[in-house]
Amino acid sequence: MSDDTKTLDVWVAGTEEPELTPTDEGAQEIAIDESGRRLDEQFGRVVEDDYVFDDEAEEDERMILNMGPQHPSTHGVLRLQIELEGEIIRRTKPIIGYLHTGMEKTGEQLNFSQGGTNVTRMDYLAPFHNELAYSLAVERLLGIDVPPRAAAIRVLLSELNRCSSHLVALATNGMDIGAISMMMYGFREREQILAFFEKTTGLRMNHNFIRPGGVAADLPPGWKDDVAAIIEEFPRRLDQYDDLLENNPIWVARTKGVGVLSAEEATGYGITGPTLRSTGVDWDIRKAFPYSGIEQYEFEVPLGEHGDVYDRYRIRVEEIKQSLSIVEQVMDTIPKGDFRVDDRKVTPPPRARIDESMEALIHHFKLFTEGYKVPAGETYVAVESPRGELGCYLVSDGGANPYRMHTRAPSFANLQALPIAMADSLMADTVATIASLDPVMGDVDR
Amino acid sequence: MATTAPGNLLMTTIDKAARWAKTRSMFPASFGLACCAIEMMATGTAHYDLSRFGMEVFRASPRQSDLMVVAGRVSQKMAPVLRQVYDQMPDPKWVISMGACASTGGMFNNYALVQGVDQVVPVDIYVPGCPPGPQSLMHGILTLHDKIMNGEIAS
Amino acid sequence: MTDDTGAVETEEAVEVPKRSLPNNEVLKGLFEPFEDVSWGDSLGQDVARVPNERWLDFATAAKGAGFEVCVDVTVVDWMRSRPDRFEVVANLLSMQHRLRLRMSTTAPRLEPTVASLVPVWPGANFAEREAYDMFGIVFEGHPDLTRILMPDEWEGHPLRKDFGVGAVPVQFKESHKVS
Repeated sequence: MSDDTKTLDVWVAGTEEPELTPTDEGAQEIAIDESGRRLDEQFGRVVEDDYVFDDEAEEDERMILNMGPQHPSTHGVLRLQIELEGEIIRRTKPIIGYLHTGMEKTGEQLNFSQGGTNVTRMDYLAPFHNELAYSLAVERLLGIDVPPRAAAIRVLLSELNRCSSHLVALATNGMDIGAISMMMYGFREREQILAFFEKTTGLRMNHNFIRPGGVAADLPPGWKDDVAAIIEEFPRRLDQYDDLLENNPIWVARTKGVGVLSAEEATGYGITGPTLRSTGVDWDIRKAFPYSGIEQYEFEVPLGEHGDVYDRYRIRVEEIKQSLSIVEQVMDTIPKGDFRVDDRKVTPPPRARIDESMEALIHHFKLFTEGYKVPAGETYVAVESPRGELGCYLVSDGGANPYRMHTRAPSFANLQALPIAMADSLMADTVATIASLDPVMGDVDR
Repeated sequence: MATTAPGNLLMTTIDKAARWAKTRSMFPASFGLACCAIEMMATGTAHYDLSRFGMEVFRASPRQSDLMVVAGRVSQKMAPVLRQVYDQMPDPKWVISMGACASTGGMFNNYALVQGVDQVVPVDIYVPGCPPGPQSLMHGILTLHDKIMNGEIAS
Repeated sequence: MTDDTGAVETEEAVEVPKRSLPNNEVLKGLFEPFEDVSWGDSLGQDVARVPNERWLDFATAAKGAGFEVCVDVTVVDWMRSRPDRFEVVANLLSMQHRLRLRMSTTAPRLEPTVASLVPVWPGANFAEREAYDMFGIVFEGHPDLTRILMPDEWEGHPLRKDFGVGAVPVQFKESHKVS
């Protein structure tokens, strides 16, 4: 953490920077008795914790504020220890693990065909990306390629998922800064996408639809109408967002120049996704290491300039537009064919065969109870989730269960940027910065 | 009596009036944990409009709320926090356990999760689903209203 | 993944190299000075097997060669199937060369220790804390090696293979009867 390069950005960026004098708030005079330490502890000046104090700072000027884990604006159960000097944040320590679910351990208990149910619950705002990374890793170990139609369906669903995830990010970002209408708008549009997901997969979230070997089912009849309605509706809605946020001086004042990250900090700390692109680094895994045939579609990678909250918000809006353009291309060019690979080892027999053939029934049963064996090996496959690089590191020892299933969670790494982005900023900007990083705690803690 | 009373008059018992008041201004504490929290937020927003039941105000402080919707999986690390939040809520208070993970641990039967939030706090209503849709949550809430009004769940 | 640079080999291939080296020029330059680091191909992905004591040196060289991002650090617990129980794996990414490299090293059963990558890539901080929390690997030189996901007073390291799943047997009780 570099504390000498940061400048205080208190007013709207662009205006002249005022001179700040540190206030003495949080250092009210208290009658200190002989054993003053107890009082100090109560008032938060001394904390019995692993938090390291700066010895040079005068004790009276620093105050430790605990935020979370149950707090309405922290995007889940994130806890922050914030060291304040007056209104100014000097240091932040994120404390995580309040949603640790042991999914990597559970992943070792489930076989390869069951694993999708586990990974889809990690990043619950982008379940399709989790499934996609996992399925691609299993397929790489198995050495199979999915049919073009399955790949196209995967792209379609994951890009729609990117839209719905970014909508939640915009909605909660708005709500955290007080633009509650944005919350209503964001979730309204998200419902439209979720209705399509529910029609396709049967669930609004946690679909387990993208599976090793393809997808679980073909797209439902009439899907083109639903997707066309989404594509037609969204540009108008996005214009509404611009009216609501872009032309709103309060929103602009509260986001521009807030939570700034530089490109060097972002790459050094392993930040990916919109947060990295907001600093101007042109990096998108869909372009660099294309997966699932996404290189066939034309799209742009929106970039930011200043690395602040405003840029991240703009990038999310632009990415929704780009994702919709990909969805439109998929809709026009989706090939006919099978939606899963024709490999008896991983693909269950068609439903109609089960009714007439005993062997098919047994085959189906064994596939879902015993699973299939995957050749020994290790692989790492990454996809571009709405939050950044979502990777799946999969080790197989030749059995039916993964020997080790590790997920490289984008939110987990992005959270490391929080102390840097928040250093020397105002307390009131905390929630804006957190919301703009868009951490999903299920993804952080797994 | 009816001849002497001026204007309109409504007669009820104090108990009934109190129960009615409790159900119509039930403020949930925002206790979102995991996937279910997103569905809980969706329930509160325009499309499903929880404010129809007088409870769209998700209170930030447990001191101002009387319903805790435990929305999501409760980890071993979170359980003490959850209990503390519950203890801070003023009486009368109710708990809805939303989703499979909060109710039973769901599919994660492992070292990290509390297998059912009813080990930590008393639960009034269990809402099934993974995650339960907004309609399910609303049904759970209405069932809770029913329970408060009648003292038990009508079959 | 898709980093095939094509066959650039010409007559130089006549000389038999002492050990196999990657085709890619960047990786070749990185591997050549390290005699004890072996290169492997795992399903089309480049893997560097680094001896434990050379871990930090190789990481520093990798950063110098253009791998500016440490994507992830994780551990595999091999129990008794390998002489050294733990395998520490770091995934590196080079944005300028569009390359990925996975480097792995081993740590013994007792007192597993590896040099920390935080001095090279500060982004390895959380990942190494997670590896410490879950596997008990001690990363020497890490600024704040404490538990990150489990509570501080937790005993044991959950993702080790000898740590039980901790599953609670499911009880099927009589359902509560509503009158």
